[in-house]
Amino acid sequence: MSPIYLDYNATAPLREAAFAAMTQILRQTGNASSVHRAGRGARRVLEEAREVVADHLGVSPRGVIFTSGGTEANNMALRGFPGRRVLASAVEHPSVLKGPVDRVIPVDRDGIVDLKALEDGLDGGLVSVMLANNETGVIQPIAEVIDIAHRHGALVHVDAVQALGKMQIPQGADLISLSAHKIGGPQGVGALVLTDPDLDLAAHSTGGGQERWHRAGTENIAGIAGFAAALRDLGDIEAEAARLAALRDRIEAAVPEAVRFGHRVERLPNTSCLAIPGQKAQTLLMALDLESVAVSAGSACSSGKLAPSGVLLAMGETDLAGSAIRISLGWGTSETEIDQFIERFSRVTEKL
Amino acid sequence: MSKAIYLDYQATTPCDPRVVAKMLPFFTEAFGNAHSVTHPFGWEAEEAGELAREQVAELIGAEAKEITFTSGATESNNLAIKGLAHAYGTRKNQIITLATEHKCVLESCRRLESEGYRVTVLPVKADGLVDLEILAASISEQTLLVSVMAVNNEIGVIQPLAEIGGLCRSRGAFFHSDAAQALGKIDLDVDRMNIDLMSLSSHKIYGPKGIGALYVRRRPRVRLMAEMDGGGQERGLRSGTLATPLIVGFGEACRIAGEEMAEERVRLRRLRDRLFQGVNGRLPGVTLNGSTDARIPGNLNLSFAWVEGDQLLRAIRDIAVSTGSACSAATLEPSYVLRALGLNSELAHASLRIGLGRFTTEEEIDIAIERIVEAVSEQRKVSPLWAMHLEGSPLVDP
Repeated sequence: MSPIYLDYNATAPLREAAFAAMTQILRQTGNASSVHRAGRGARRVLEEAREVVADHLGVSPRGVIFTSGGTEANNMALRGFPGRRVLASAVEHPSVLKGPVDRVIPVDRDGIVDLKALEDGLDGGLVSVMLANNETGVIQPIAEVIDIAHRHGALVHVDAVQALGKMQIPQGADLISLSAHKIGGPQGVGALVLTDPDLDLAAHSTGGGQERWHRAGTENIAGIAGFAAALRDLGDIEAEAARLAALRDRIEAAVPEAVRFGHRVERLPNTSCLAIPGQKAQTLLMALDLESVAVSAGSACSSGKLAPSGVLLAMGETDLAGSAIRISLGWGTSETEIDQFIERFSRVTEKL
Repeated sequence: MSKAIYLDYQATTPCDPRVVAKMLPFFTEAFGNAHSVTHPFGWEAEEAGELAREQVAELIGAEAKEITFTSGATESNNLAIKGLAHAYGTRKNQIITLATEHKCVLESCRRLESEGYRVTVLPVKADGLVDLEILAASISEQTLLVSVMAVNNEIGVIQPLAEIGGLCRSRGAFFHSDAAQALGKIDLDVDRMNIDLMSLSSHKIYGPKGIGALYVRRRPRVRLMAEMDGGGQERGLRSGTLATPLIVGFGEACRIAGEEMAEERVRLRRLRDRLFQGVNGRLPGVTLNGSTDARIPGNLNLSFAWVEGDQLLRAIRDIAVSTGSACSAATLEPSYVLRALGLNSELAHASLRIGLGRFTTEEEIDIAIERIVEAVSEQRKVSPLWAMHLEGSPLVDP
């Protein structure tokens, strides 16, 4: 039985374009900070990649700070303004929620951040709200969040790690976190993007003064080139979104007994978070594994234990949180695979 | 255009083709997230990462569990120094380090100083080595941490790690060593050397960039406060998805270094001596900076008297060398490491760091000798210092 990988929100297989860009660099030498020819070559690759990221978001290349990934970008954003109170929504990624958060903003049953609660007593600070959730795919009303925050003198940080490549990234946020491996770029690379390059962000990791003193350490040139190549390879985002949404909707239509989460509001086209009432997620995942299907229960990063999803608990889904599984599609997902998945999934649910 | 000869192995090294070959499958078919516990894609990535963890541990005499993967030595140094201080608080508030440490160690210490810690930056001897008597006299009941690099990135000198470790252990201070330049080049043994924390880098030993590790002693346990929050990977010490292909590459780089280190040392020493004798035999006024004996074989740091430094690097054609560390290459300041050895600013400016490595050949060394001798001679022709020297002026003696 051929394996079916539907866990793109955990990590996406590397795109061929990214692989090609990286293997080329891995076979060259050069530290981007060196002034000799090998170093200058590395520097050129770095600056071209910076432009690709900047173009994608419509910002200045000077505002792009490469990091080791989304987690580091989120940590830098939240710790970058020591004087400011930090507010974050209840469904943020652990790299935000486990950080120095002063106030957690609740979400409603659909996982949408409570804008009234956000505005209540807001006076300056830093508001961190993700663009799209990693478990449910729910898209936040980011334009409203930005509007409210800016009216009250707060900065806005948007964790766009899961949204990148799956939708257009809206303008207006002050800081944006990105990750390469969620879009088919390599693991170990991400970026924190400052819309205003001169924003006064305190450095987290200090040392050789790379990345305009924002982030020290020899740049991971191959990884950064792979990130840029993956971004270039995204193609028509709307067309791909429509393709994936159609496949995702077919899956959901095939299991009418499932309870879906976040489907009443706008969500990412590739993500389905659902539960079969009465079935523990773990049982379902084991049965699917026997059918060579790779999906997950919530996010991948946690300790290895399958704990009920904090995102669903924040949405008030106390009964079903332990049953939810996440099915996420991506660039390599084909129609045939989805046909096979539906067949295997039905076989599993019938047996249970 | 002919390809330049690369002699800057302390800045970075080319990825060994054997390392690249090991990494490639983890970019493509085995692409899983090592933290995905629910399917074989994740298990496969995790298993590969754990094998690499053992390979890294083996090279320094540690246990796999004592290795935490990071994005590189800079992150490791930041985590070791700030993480230790934040975990133990200011009850013991003194941190001792050397004037010749890497910028990221010195900067991390500066950060702690602004938080109320007392930072003691010790001078080094003229040969670049720590003065053990001064170190011993500086350690007090208040000393939380001593951070001394294993091998200097500019002058390649090897610090007496076992002696420093013994001193720290007997006086109750933790010992951190930045071993980015030492790994795979000298024998490292965390137990014998009493090292509590050690920073490692992959791209200095023919592995990929963007990955490194921090060794954290388990017995007796060394506590650290995580510097990054998140999914709690690496037993809570370092959140973020593990970059499996990079980790696999780092592990393979360690394995190869462990196997080939002894032979490679002999080969490099021969090439380095040939280079030094070639240059020194044909030019007057050449000094080797840093200890001759306590030095890795892949490094030379040479000063040239009677030359104006700014032009020297540009004058050396088709050879990639540097004046100091890569991080600060763009600045025109003379090396603070050479200044700490007592070199005056002119001589520190007129210095070259030459790094030899795995792919350096005898032919390249012979070309490098020619190019360096040519460049220095040319620069001297236009230097007033050289003219004064020829006139016998004692004012320009180095």
